[in-house]
Amino acid sequence: MWLNSDARKRATANCSAALLGAVLLAGCASRPATLYSWGSYEEGIYASYVGRNDYPVEKQISQLEEDYQQARSANEHMPPGWHAHLGYLYYEAGKLDQARQELLTEKSTYPESAVFVDRLLNNLSKAS
Amino acid sequence: MRALQKSMRPAMLSAVAALALGGCQTIKPYDYTNFRAHPPRSILVLPPLNESNAVEATYGYLSTVTYPIAERGYYVFPVAVVDQFMKDNGLPSAHEMQEAPLAKMAEITGADAVLFLDLKQYDSKYQVLASVTRVEVTAKLLDSRSGILLWEGRGYAEQGSGNSGNILANLVAAAVTQAINKKTDRAHEVSRVANVNLFDPEATGLPYGPYSAKYEK
Repeated sequence: MWLNSDARKRATANCSAALLGAVLLAGCASRPATLYSWGSYEEGIYASYVGRNDYPVEKQISQLEEDYQQARSANEHMPPGWHAHLGYLYYEAGKLDQARQELLTEKSTYPESAVFVDRLLNNLSKAS
Repeated sequence: MRALQKSMRPAMLSAVAALALGGCQTIKPYDYTNFRAHPPRSILVLPPLNESNAVEATYGYLSTVTYPIAERGYYVFPVAVVDQFMKDNGLPSAHEMQEAPLAKMAEITGADAVLFLDLKQYDSKYQVLASVTRVEVTAKLLDSRSGILLWEGRGYAEQGSGNSGNILANLVAAAVTQAINKKTDRAHEVSRVANVNLFDPEATGLPYGPYSAKYEK
């Protein structure tokens, strides 16, 4: 009896591991496994340099916010610098509260950013 | 010594892989002694110098370089914010930013290391008669406190006209949103392949950083 129930448990565990593996593999086939959800972060930077008039700051913000919602629903992380970048765009759009919030998120997510983000926060408090 | 031996094995394996991929070139493994002595967590990427004739090279390339470095496991400072911050503080060009004292960069950002990039080639989208688009970039990573060279490398990629069958480019392309702006130049996309050749080779590339599961302490 012991053995039987043990074996059954093991079989169930193996089965779910295989299922999980299959799901992971299926995910990999359509997209490389990345640490972060990149969305429009880099291509948005590129577009904003190529033609600022074609890609105004409000549009950049709404695209990034949309990326963020998608990443959250997929339980994926935003790349380093992402929240600080969004914070900077909010600053450019004159939305200082959101700018501050994004900068604080960058700092709490990535402590490596603290010195630079504190400098930006300091500038922000002078601006408001 | 033991750590050295341990890190040699994967390096040799990937040298073989690189040989198989690269065809004829012999790859000499990079000497990571300085890197291992000062392993960075965070990397400040300054806008690249531009030795090409394409004015759009600086930002066409800069907007591809966060992905490979962050995916190797490093904190990468937000490149566009850094660029604007430097401009607002009296450094109007990539040249002036790269000439600024390293200690000052470290003080402003708290970065462990600073990456200096130089675009040797970046074919313009305006070269309509060119049949091949080429991107060549060299990189030097300096420890921001000591100024010691931690790593350097060169990345090159080319793509013939109408050739979109590059496996590496397609892999990266699948992970990022494509072409928000329809004016996308081909060299911008080729830059991503050059970056794979610069950062990812196991024997010569940038070692994995602390956010990577493959990080070796």
